[in-house]
Amino acid sequence: MTELRRPRRPWDLTPVPEREYFDLLGPGLVTVVPPRRPVAERREGDWQPPTGGAWLHVGEEGDVVAFTGKAEVGQGTRTALSLVVAEELRVPLPRVRLVMADTDLCPWDIGTFGSRSMPDAAPALGRAAAAAREQLVALAAEQPGLSNARNSLVAKEGEVRGPGRSWSYGTLVRGLRKLVEVPADFPLTLPTQWIRAGRPTLDPDAVEVVTGRRMYTSDLRRDGMLHGAVLERPRYGARLEGLADPDALADRGARIVREGEFVGAVAPDPRSARAALEALGPRWRFSPQPNERTIEEYLRQHPETGDDWDRRGRSEGDVETALRRATLRFEAVYHAAYIAHVPLETRCAIAEWDGERVTVWVGTQTPFRAREAVAKNLGIPPEMVRIIVPPTGSGFGGKHGGDVATAAARLARAAGQPVRLGFTREEEFREGYFRPYAVIDVRAGLDARGRLTAWSFHNINAGAAALGTPYRIPNQRVDNVLSQSPLPQGSYRALAATTNNFARESAMDELAYAAKQDPLDFRLAHLEDDRLRAVLGRAAELSGWAGRRRERSHGFGIAAGLEKQSRIATVAEVTVGPSRRLRVDRLVSVFDAGAVVNPDNLQSQVEGAAVMAMGGALFEAVHFRDGVVLNPRLSKYRVPRFADLPEVVVELVDWREIPPAGGGETPMIAVAPALAGAIFDATGTRLRTLPLAPGGRVVARPARPRARRR
Amino acid sequence: MREYRLRVNGTIRSIRTGSDRIVLSVLREEWRLTGAKYGCGEGQCGACTILLGSEPVPACQLTIGEVGKRELTTIEGLAGKDGLHPVQRAFAELGAFQCGFCTPAMILGTVALLRVHPHPTRAQIEGALDGHLCRCCGYSRIVRSIERAAEQLGAGPGEGR
Repeated sequence: MTELRRPRRPWDLTPVPEREYFDLLGPGLVTVVPPRRPVAERREGDWQPPTGGAWLHVGEEGDVVAFTGKAEVGQGTRTALSLVVAEELRVPLPRVRLVMADTDLCPWDIGTFGSRSMPDAAPALGRAAAAAREQLVALAAEQPGLSNARNSLVAKEGEVRGPGRSWSYGTLVRGLRKLVEVPADFPLTLPTQWIRAGRPTLDPDAVEVVTGRRMYTSDLRRDGMLHGAVLERPRYGARLEGLADPDALADRGARIVREGEFVGAVAPDPRSARAALEALGPRWRFSPQPNERTIEEYLRQHPETGDDWDRRGRSEGDVETALRRATLRFEAVYHAAYIAHVPLETRCAIAEWDGERVTVWVGTQTPFRAREAVAKNLGIPPEMVRIIVPPTGSGFGGKHGGDVATAAARLARAAGQPVRLGFTREEEFREGYFRPYAVIDVRAGLDARGRLTAWSFHNINAGAAALGTPYRIPNQRVDNVLSQSPLPQGSYRALAATTNNFARESAMDELAYAAKQDPLDFRLAHLEDDRLRAVLGRAAELSGWAGRRRERSHGFGIAAGLEKQSRIATVAEVTVGPSRRLRVDRLVSVFDAGAVVNPDNLQSQVEGAAVMAMGGALFEAVHFRDGVVLNPRLSKYRVPRFADLPEVVVELVDWREIPPAGGGETPMIAVAPALAGAIFDATGTRLRTLPLAPGGRVVARPARPRARRR
Repeated sequence: MREYRLRVNGTIRSIRTGSDRIVLSVLREEWRLTGAKYGCGEGQCGACTILLGSEPVPACQLTIGEVGKRELTTIEGLAGKDGLHPVQRAFAELGAFQCGFCTPAMILGTVALLRVHPHPTRAQIEGALDGHLCRCCGYSRIVRSIERAAEQLGAGPGEGR
């Protein structure tokens, strides 16, 4: 199908009856699911991000075009969401075309993060498709001579079938221009009834990937396209004081663009644009910045104040009294380093103006936020900005916002020509943001029977996800604060859930040993959630937990987590060899995200998440001094490679009675604590800081005293 | 500046440029062969891997002057008239990619490996492909695809392709 024309105004900003669906898509049937508005108040557990709804068109050829504001960045939702549409409309998958993350054509969306595609976009698209199916059946029922046979009509394989007759969807919508607004509670097909969804399904575009034909943002080119560069701050927090030679290199085909604080350049090639910026001779003002050695104290002493949306807390019972009365008291501090997303495709945007309107192709996870950013920073109305997200070489939470899109749009406006702004790997490290450095204080108490009676969990700068404990503890207090950070920090795949889960599950492991209980039994003794118990039990079974050999240098660790409506349990098996070199032998994960729309893709996501999580668990760390990232290159920042690959075992629980939850993040969160537990099992060394083994070796670091018996 | 005539994917292409021009830039910007990706610019991620003769090399570390008479093969030149190369087919059939950005280079690295070791051990796979990053960390499926491609190349008449 050819590219769609641009509507007069973005559809999400246009009243439904004024949207020119049929002019762009041809005659047929359109269904529109309204957006769900944000809930006014955010409270733990019940806050749901707003969704932008969905719409779809059934055309005269029986083809289906569905629209969602979500972006595909490698997590496989294009196939999964297409399957949901195919399922509800009872059409073969190739009949469905999904238009994603184009702000002129797609429903508004908050962004592709937080495992929200399945809980938000799938029901919206599903409702649009189910309502279309109902409309098609009603259209068939209007056919002459069917007044007595209405109830026998069924939609199947792209047609409506009745007694002795059938009508293809294309026939039924021929010449129509019918638009239907769908109630927000329109019933969906139950997962137990799925025919197309729920079966392993390959990406229908796999051939374009393996032949190199898939065009990512960085592969696109526009006629007359120039290359841009942006003047980089030499360190975080530096302010530009002035330029020694503002007219440098103006005669060499490069053009400097200054708008307020923004300084950039355009040139026929990227190298010339960067050279032009260097020749400007920028003078910077620095203020001293905290360093790695002192970061813990700094974060403790510099809480972020003000309206912090990502702050939660909960208290039950009387923690201090329970701690005083405990037979065994435990106290530990856990740390997690800054880590980088390192998407293999560095950030890139291409901007092109057409009169007053600008189109930006950009690999962003938040296209609608990027539209706002471009509009606001360039002083134009949002409807003049179109953001299109082409296939994107991964994001992991690192491609939020509209900085690159905004810079490209500025440069293109000044140049009067399309401009491509692509980051080098070093720029990707230095101009990005990181998963926050975090410190977590845990205190706990056990009674004489080895039961947890008190739990205090105070997290500094990790974030709020997975803050609470799934274990039954009568007296507990959990809370978090954010801190001023000496490096830019932001979203990350599973973000705080990884850090919080590491601290909580590590502490549970330490407590189990202190109570002389098996780490699995200790967890189960405090656990009521049946689904979490089930994944733990199954992971133990698959890994041979009960019959594990107790030998020196070889260890097993187990951990679990519950986050974003999904459950994970991971068992890690490690060997610590001579000179304490660490090898991960096996990771066994059992994952429960409710009904599974595409088992093939979810399996792949869980396998990948386990290995990616190994990086942050064992060796990834951003090093810095005075606001400068010291290792902004792949030769200095180590990510998992083939040689790190353990045996990866994944089993999915497919609960057809439970609607699908997202699966991109939670499979990461039990890996680090399982590895820490396995290292302890193998060596007796308890590691409480991520990364656990940065040099590839298990090296004990000084730690505070641990469990104390009264 | 001089005129270079290079054999690329079975055809002769020419480019007027300096001898130190990086091959990745010529492929992507001059010839629109964008299957080779920029990932790091220091030969650490493997995303720009192409075949120089039969040897896999990161095109970001290769200059035009170094190519000589050897043929360059990019992912665009791998599929034959009779369809996908068995390595491409194995990756597609096993869904051995997530974002897919590393895939073309990973496939070329595998093609080179299987020419030297038609039935590679795990250690040989790790050794040959350790310079290739999959940041989605889909290494397990990639290994399975390599093993499947090896089986199919070994079993069929296409051996030695």
